[in-house]
Amino acid sequence: MTSVPEPTNPVPGAAGGFSPERADPPAPGAPPPQLVRSPLSDGEWHRLHPLTPLLRGGLFLIVIIGIVFANLRDRLVFIFLPWLAPDIEEEVGEWEGAGGDPIDFIIANNLYVVAGLTVLAVLIVLVAVFYTSWRFHTFRITDDDVEVRSGILFRTQRRAPLDRVQGVNLTRPMVARLLGMAKLEVVGAGADANVKLEYLSTANAEAVRADILRLASGRRLAATAHPAGPRPSGRVAALSQTVGREITGLIEGPEAPVAELESVVHIPLGRLVASHVLSMSTLGLLFAIAAIVVGVSQGVTWLLFGFVPAIIGFGAYWVRSIVRSLRYAIAPTPDGVRITFGLFTTITEIVPPGRVHAVEVTQPILWRPAGWWTVRINRLTGRSAADGSTDQFTTTLPVGTAADVERVLRLLQPSLPDEERALVVREGMFGPAEGDTFTNTPKRAWWIRPLSYRRNGFRLTDDVLLMRRGVVWRKLVILPLARLQSFGLYQGPLDRASGVTNVRAHVVTGPVSPFLAAVDRDTALALFDDVAHGSVRAASADRTHRWAQDETDAAADVEEPPTVPAETGEERG
Amino acid sequence: MTNSPVPATPDSNPASATTDADASFERIVEPRSENRLALEGGVWHQISPKYVTVQLISTGSFLVLVIAATLVLTLLMHQLWAWIPGGILTVILAWTLAILPRQARSIGYQLRDDDLVFRRGILWQRFVAVPYGRMQLIDITHGPLDRGFGIAQLKFVTAAAATGVVIPGLAQTTAETLRDHLVEVAESRRTGL
Repeated sequence: MTSVPEPTNPVPGAAGGFSPERADPPAPGAPPPQLVRSPLSDGEWHRLHPLTPLLRGGLFLIVIIGIVFANLRDRLVFIFLPWLAPDIEEEVGEWEGAGGDPIDFIIANNLYVVAGLTVLAVLIVLVAVFYTSWRFHTFRITDDDVEVRSGILFRTQRRAPLDRVQGVNLTRPMVARLLGMAKLEVVGAGADANVKLEYLSTANAEAVRADILRLASGRRLAATAHPAGPRPSGRVAALSQTVGREITGLIEGPEAPVAELESVVHIPLGRLVASHVLSMSTLGLLFAIAAIVVGVSQGVTWLLFGFVPAIIGFGAYWVRSIVRSLRYAIAPTPDGVRITFGLFTTITEIVPPGRVHAVEVTQPILWRPAGWWTVRINRLTGRSAADGSTDQFTTTLPVGTAADVERVLRLLQPSLPDEERALVVREGMFGPAEGDTFTNTPKRAWWIRPLSYRRNGFRLTDDVLLMRRGVVWRKLVILPLARLQSFGLYQGPLDRASGVTNVRAHVVTGPVSPFLAAVDRDTALALFDDVAHGSVRAASADRTHRWAQDETDAAADVEEPPTVPAETGEERG
Repeated sequence: MTNSPVPATPDSNPASATTDADASFERIVEPRSENRLALEGGVWHQISPKYVTVQLISTGSFLVLVIAATLVLTLLMHQLWAWIPGGILTVILAWTLAILPRQARSIGYQLRDDDLVFRRGILWQRFVAVPYGRMQLIDITHGPLDRGFGIAQLKFVTAAAATGVVIPGLAQTTAETLRDHLVEVAESRRTGL
């Protein structure tokens, strides 16, 4: 049998696709559960969840209700709660005479039927428009790509090739979460290149995500046992059950699908708050307070007025960034790293292997006594640069100890050997250590990096280039050579006088900028050649665009060589 | 090492049939210091001297315009403040014009087995190596003045915005042959992002 979910399956996580049995070897004969696609990804066109228009138009609806309510507040109070407003009657009397209000006009002229019909007509038109747009908004998942069609008058069609998928994220805003729905975003390579499926029921979204990742990985999926599942009977009952479950989940903490996988890092709330308090912006705030106190004591009292909004803004910023990092979890899955965060709006993102273009481990000096670090990555988020939410998708560890960093690195760079990872921590993060293996800035160029010249260096291995720099802000950049786009040397007149040069690796845009100043000139020229060869070699050996294809082929060769279904798109991959 | 079945001809100029119209500079201008950046071996291909002419015309006419505007504003309209921006712009443009011929001679590219190396600058040197397989697209642009002189600018675009390999002032035929060559080589070494 299959683990295919019903659209409103009341069992949480049954469709997660990450259940332990996925690790089982494929049984001969019947297709194993991990290779069976859900009915939503059978290559046919499917519609989104019927409640989608409600959620997408939700804000609009709330605004309308708000306006109506604000305008009719007095009247509503008078109609429904007359005892609260005994003296409102005289005012109502005034309205009747004045005739300025459209509702008074209707009451005065006895136009109830016309008004009722108008409202009804508007409602019908709205419902019809929403219904049609829902009918026209369809998606399909084939072996090679994800496609979405939408629009009534202006049709749009968007297709994302699966071997270029940079990640799949599942966002569950508060309201949608209560209704058991989620929106799915397939991250493509390029600005504004994402394909969005909003909204699906959580179970379906999980199933679709698992399918997309499995198809993208190059594994072959068998057709589902029953293409059309039986329609669910009590939709309303199921919905109320969903709401109840979600509220429980909200109170009790992480919902079931997240709890399935043990996060390798746990951030205590205290550390999260303290890490925000111990930041440069706090120093700025203290400085501002000091300046204002001095100013006020000198008699410049108007400074106080600027102070209040600053405090409010600061508090809001803190709360927002702390809430965003709450319930952070990072866990390995067969199809990449799974990162979860957010308290009210939960975002779960799976980044397949080989989609990380640069990793940076940073420690500001204020965090040094506590031994905390943060990890950021460069990756293609498919968002425009102006989008403010990008940093959510690039911070993979908001705050953690060195051991946490090591565990996160294991997930982000699985190809890095263990001893190399230990070296990254010992020398790269804390270095320079005894018997340092990094190539550092030569002594004669100390004046270019007066504080950090002992630490400022690089190390090149077969697969990665490490760049270590900074004493006040300790930084370590890890660059997988297979993802390096190009490599540059830059030398100005002062560098030339000291016989050094600057080194910059070019990777996709992101918070990490892989740059190293004051590298010895001869070493840098040797590095230039080594990196050029290394990156070509690493890139041609790289198979991560179809990360599981090799292992599938191997498994197929071992177990059932002749019966491999040949029609499932292997040659098209 | 290459995974291409095509025998690589690393340093043969793709536009080997050069005519007089496609002549390029002969020697790279480098800083004198021993510590300058330099690659051992390899042939640097250079750009067309017409690039200097085109730049002299466009920058020069802009300079004339700036000087004229400054003079009109100060002498005829008695707006004395105009000396300041006008003067600054004039100095910058005159300096640009003065270093232009040498700067153009410092631009060069090498076609190695697996990557393209691009260099430019004398005081501030810049060397970039781009593996062919990283190519996303190649842009060739030429403005009206460029067309008049038969030169074009070639841009090698990768997924990283910082790569910035822009080769100006190539003879148009060279630019087109180079583009076709790069596309062909990139196709045989195609990698993921």
